[in-house]
Amino acid sequence: MIVIRRFQLIALALLPLVALVLTPPSAAHADTLDALVQKLASGGFSARAKVVDELAATGDERVSAVLEALQGGDLFTRKSDKRVFITRSAGDELTLVDPISGQQAGTAPKSALKKIRVNNRLRRAIRAALGSLTLLNPDPAKRLAAAEAVFKSRDANALAALDTAIAKETNAGVKRALEEARAAALLYSDAPETEKIRAIAVLQTRGDRDALALLLGLAGAGKDAGAVAEVATSSAAVIERNLAAWNTVQNIIYGVSLGSVLLLAAIGLAITFGVMGVINMAHGEMVMLGAYTTFTVQEIIRLSAPELFDYSLFFALPLAFMIAGAVGIAIERGIIRWLYGRPLETLLATWGLSLILQQAIRSIYGPTNREVGNPSWMAGSLEVGSLTLTYNRLWIIVFSIAVFAVLLLILKHTRFGLQVRAVTQNREMAGSMGIRTGRVDALTFGLGSGIAGIAGVALSQIDNVSPNLGQAYIIDSFMVVVFGGVGNLWGTLVGAMTLGIANKFLEPFTGAVLGKILVLVMIILFIQKRPRGLFALKGRAVEA
Amino acid sequence: MTSVLSRSLNRHALAFLAALAVIAVVVPVLNLAVPETSAFHVPTYAVALIGKYLCFALLAVSIDLIWGYCGILSLGHGAFFALGGYAMGMYLMRQIGDRGVYGDPVLPDFMVFLNWGELPWYWYGFDQFWFACLMVLVVPGLLAFVFGWFAFRSRVTGVYLSIITQALTYALMLAFFRNNMGFGGNNGLTDFKDLLGFDLQSDETRAGLLIASCVALATGFLICRAIVTSRFGKVIVAIRDAESRTRFLGYRVEAYKLFVFTLSACLAGVAGALYVPQVGIINPSEFAPANSIEAVIWVAVGGRGTLVGPAIGAALVNFAKTWLTGSFPEIWLFVLGGLFVVVTLFLPKGIMGLAGTLRGALSRFRLKAGGVAVGEPSTKAAE
Repeated sequence: MIVIRRFQLIALALLPLVALVLTPPSAAHADTLDALVQKLASGGFSARAKVVDELAATGDERVSAVLEALQGGDLFTRKSDKRVFITRSAGDELTLVDPISGQQAGTAPKSALKKIRVNNRLRRAIRAALGSLTLLNPDPAKRLAAAEAVFKSRDANALAALDTAIAKETNAGVKRALEEARAAALLYSDAPETEKIRAIAVLQTRGDRDALALLLGLAGAGKDAGAVAEVATSSAAVIERNLAAWNTVQNIIYGVSLGSVLLLAAIGLAITFGVMGVINMAHGEMVMLGAYTTFTVQEIIRLSAPELFDYSLFFALPLAFMIAGAVGIAIERGIIRWLYGRPLETLLATWGLSLILQQAIRSIYGPTNREVGNPSWMAGSLEVGSLTLTYNRLWIIVFSIAVFAVLLLILKHTRFGLQVRAVTQNREMAGSMGIRTGRVDALTFGLGSGIAGIAGVALSQIDNVSPNLGQAYIIDSFMVVVFGGVGNLWGTLVGAMTLGIANKFLEPFTGAVLGKILVLVMIILFIQKRPRGLFALKGRAVEA
Repeated sequence: MTSVLSRSLNRHALAFLAALAVIAVVVPVLNLAVPETSAFHVPTYAVALIGKYLCFALLAVSIDLIWGYCGILSLGHGAFFALGGYAMGMYLMRQIGDRGVYGDPVLPDFMVFLNWGELPWYWYGFDQFWFACLMVLVVPGLLAFVFGWFAFRSRVTGVYLSIITQALTYALMLAFFRNNMGFGGNNGLTDFKDLLGFDLQSDETRAGLLIASCVALATGFLICRAIVTSRFGKVIVAIRDAESRTRFLGYRVEAYKLFVFTLSACLAGVAGALYVPQVGIINPSEFAPANSIEAVIWVAVGGRGTLVGPAIGAALVNFAKTWLTGSFPEIWLFVLGGLFVVVTLFLPKGIMGLAGTLRGALSRFRLKAGGVAVGEPSTKAAE
């Protein structure tokens, strides 16, 4: 990798030299160039198009400025001496710039000038000419863009320019793009069959949707009946198979991404539900509190220490955990404790609480969405094959797995975890063994709510932060918990991932909404089969 | 028959029916006969509002039948209410005929707008009032029957059942939001003109709908009373209190639950059907899970397992909602949320049990304060 980098650097350093060698800088040449440019002033549109092609054929860098001006309607002729100028508007008058030397040549009122007009055919010619010109641009990114443009236009006229550009190209990536563009242009020219078949092979290696469309067009056109069409059809089939495979990979990754979001939202719920058998309808609002904590932290940082912005999430995480956890413990001590043994009432009371919390947030922060920024290390995206994965999604997958692992450790390898599991399995027995079940309840509730709080920090990175944030996730979280089963974190993990991936696989066939409905219906049916979820605790009680 | 009636009517029930009769007579008279200048005149919007409360009261009674007496907490009863409403709304849409914006004699406006060529099959028959009325009962009833048959057979109970009923109404909401479902998408069905030839905007029709709502509420109430005071009613209360024990005694718990659940859904459907012509619109937001939970709190506020209480609770909470969302929109959710918390914590029996709850609290307070509470120990023992 480093070796390639070094080569690229050297190549870049050499480029100006190459350009110097290749562009004949003689005064005589400048004269012919100037003569060509002056020709633009006279003649009709078709004559002008011919001049544009000739200009492009010179391969001179200075031409692109002229062509761009022509395209943008900034190229004028002075009525007095019929000279051509690039103009820039300066107040009422226009500044004149010599098209070849680039030097200013004074100003002139609009009335003294005449615009060189273009029509659509001419615009196309200019675009193609600019494309082949930029193929020689010193900036690799510009060359790449130009290659893509030619690939899309499949302009057979660009073949010559492409050949020279490929010969000069040193950047491997750009070279590949150039060759693909050449292949595309070749297929739509009258080149011999063998060359076309070789071009198809190049396109097959490219293997994306554009290449597929190109090949399918070729296979269906019928004008190249015979070997070329046949090869194109078979190549298209190969590409289609590859794309289908990529599509599956993409669905799985997007599904895992959605699943990790669901996991974050549901895992706290699974803990509280598992231990106390009560469903906390205000769970979504704990997520919302976490998101608003992030917003507040970022506001404070933005006002007092903007250089810390990239670390804002590290401040927000513990704060969100503590705030949501404290609210959770308060809810447990204040309300839920009095309603043990009456799960349906608990459900209603916590629903009421969620309404109060929502309205409180709405009164404090306003009903509209709040802007929470991504730190720089979460911005951008990763390109793998034909997939685009944004970094914030990837980070959330990592984060949710980390949270899951930490929780698993707490539950399996700490004294508190042991107590929690004991209370989950048999409350009375645990109590008679000396475990203070009331305290375990409160702490578990705090833990579950705290997890919801940090889930809110994560969700604030990918979703709108509004008072309705929690509501959007609550039903999905329930589905995950009910599907996965209670009292087992693995159930929640499997439940979240299954629902996430199922959603993403259904979406292309049914649309997002119908896909979601189908998933809900499937869960409702699934519950009939296994009323206690995928990973139910085994016991001998009649009523679990 | 008379014995069923006499058994099911106690003091509260009679008072409730009398109050309904008074509303059904007095409100229309004060609206139609008393001149607008008089202080006793009831404005037309108030007639529609009271009619709406009566529909909500019927919904609350239907929820009380399954929650208060059978222990099934449905968080999706709004779905049955909305389905009944849609069935009525479809009839009202067909009644518009060629008076719509696009003037199509058969297709409702939204279908013309979506370039649909012909009426979908499930809209057939809704131009007949009797068919629409049948569907008001059949559609919610059938859904409840199928859903309940699956759920109760596999012994989904408690919070699990509550959660999947909530998922049910949520799924229906998403489905009805889709334009290509053929129910008007997120705009729903609206712009109704008339019902059985009566103009929906006229005062007389509104008064008629109010009376119909009173009759429906009274009938629904009587049906529920008849059920809960019968032997059947004793069994469902037994199921509420000890489901397994009832099953071990040889009762087919699933069948009992399925029957009350389906009946309750039908009642909710009727409530929805009467609600739609009075408010003039039905849209998918009626399926929102929040609506269904709100309906549950009406029952809790009024007092579970009393049938009269939930009707009163529905009227009171909705009156508070109308008043607060109009005058102090900021605090309505605080009040509603507070109601949920306070009622579940301090008023488990709701308004109907308010006197008993207060008396109990008072005597406990007296005992603590060292005062002499005459007769308290003996009543304790009697309990």
